[in-house]
Amino acid sequence: MDSKKQMSRVNRQTWHFSQDVRLQASAVAVGPKEGEGPLAALFDKIHEDMYAGQQTWEDAERQLMEDAVTTVLRKAGITDQDVDAILAGDLLNQNITTNFAAEKLAIPLLGMYGACSTSMLTLSNAAALVNAGYANKVIAACSSHNATAERQYRYPTEYGGQKPPTAQWTVTGAGAGLVGIGGSGPRITYATIGKVVDMGIKDPFDMGSAMAPAAVSTLQAHFRDTGRSPQTYDLIVTGDLASVGYPIVKELMRQDGYNMEPMYNDCGLMVFRPDQDVFAGASGCASSAVVTYSHIMDQLQKGLLQKALVCATGALLSPVSYQQGNSIPCIAHAVALEGGA
Amino acid sequence: MATKTKSKSIGSMQMSKQLYQQQASKYQPKRNVLLNSIRAFWVGGAICLLGQILQNMYIHFFGFTEKAASNPTVATLIFLSVLLTGLGVYDNIGQYAGAGSAVPVTGFANSIAAAAIEHRSEGFVLGVGGNMFKLAGSVIVFGVVAAFIAGIVKTLFNMIF
Repeated sequence: MDSKKQMSRVNRQTWHFSQDVRLQASAVAVGPKEGEGPLAALFDKIHEDMYAGQQTWEDAERQLMEDAVTTVLRKAGITDQDVDAILAGDLLNQNITTNFAAEKLAIPLLGMYGACSTSMLTLSNAAALVNAGYANKVIAACSSHNATAERQYRYPTEYGGQKPPTAQWTVTGAGAGLVGIGGSGPRITYATIGKVVDMGIKDPFDMGSAMAPAAVSTLQAHFRDTGRSPQTYDLIVTGDLASVGYPIVKELMRQDGYNMEPMYNDCGLMVFRPDQDVFAGASGCASSAVVTYSHIMDQLQKGLLQKALVCATGALLSPVSYQQGNSIPCIAHAVALEGGA
Repeated sequence: MATKTKSKSIGSMQMSKQLYQQQASKYQPKRNVLLNSIRAFWVGGAICLLGQILQNMYIHFFGFTEKAASNPTVATLIFLSVLLTGLGVYDNIGQYAGAGSAVPVTGFANSIAAAAIEHRSEGFVLGVGGNMFKLAGSVIVFGVVAAFIAGIVKTLFNMIF
């Protein structure tokens, strides 16, 4: 038992999954704007309006999460009875999207909150549960919705306030991944759990600058703990740093001797085209989720990528914390995915 | 703010918050103040021009006095602003014009209508009623307080001189 423990714990922040833990299937549901973006062809379900056929935006977000989860079950050819647990989270108070969606899905739930890092927070923990034998199949899921996030964190959606160019556009969407032992799909090999980093950025309209140091902290921990370098990977993505945070990470990594060219990209720059009026780029739990569970999964399965590292970034602020003048604490969690079949 | 000068580690690097913020600011696109001012000027000016046209219309065609005409003028502008808010246009104007569409009475109406629409899903009493002044409330509170103070100053001034 001790040797297995040793094999699983690489270092304080990094876990190695010694079993053949795989991302067996994944699915993505999005809103209309994302459906016009460059990754549209890879999304499983595109809703034509922000309400996704529901009465309220909150209901719409639940619908997106249910869509993602039911689609991943269908794609894997299994039923909800085959899944031991769902690990999920969202951005709304008390994780209401997750809690309400899980009631309908009738799968045992572990609700998790890591702001926009939730995609990899849930995936890493799902892999750990499966690796340790506590569950055979686990679903990791998360969601965000542009209008519910605006209401939660900012102003009413129709309010005519001007946003600065550093602002970002919350992705309307949900992603779900099925984690199990064996089968096809990319292996989940490592997870690196982040520390909370706060470099004193206070502007809630500049999440990229706030979150970049957290991404750097987790990426460096990952490379240090695993003995790997950025060059080990064909693709490294951060979750939602967009056009402000992305170059900051590159620069900070360069200063510390890590060359992030040319494999480094950011999901916040991949969801939308630059001409879609999204300010600095995409944000939200769904930013990293919809890219990982569509594009990256697809590329790994087709053999176009061998090794990918997804480092999802989250800004752990609340409207109360920033109105009380607190700066923005941030976190990032990274998961390594390796070649399918 | 003692923590500001304290050095923090990002990864293996030691860096003060100040130094980080300095480095990060290189990558933060700044608001274009000149362009924003020009846009605010012409859109804000156009809204005021529309107000003037409306006022003249109420004076010449509906027989209002110049003073009385301001009421239907403001009401019309508020109606147009609320209509554009409901149609989902006013927030786009606001993104373009900034203060140009925020400062006139139309901006005030937009802040109330936007909050009312947003919170409609929570019901009429606690949702619409409880939240519609969420943004406009502080304008009303500080406007009334400022008017009160100005009134007292004026009264005292008149009493003394």
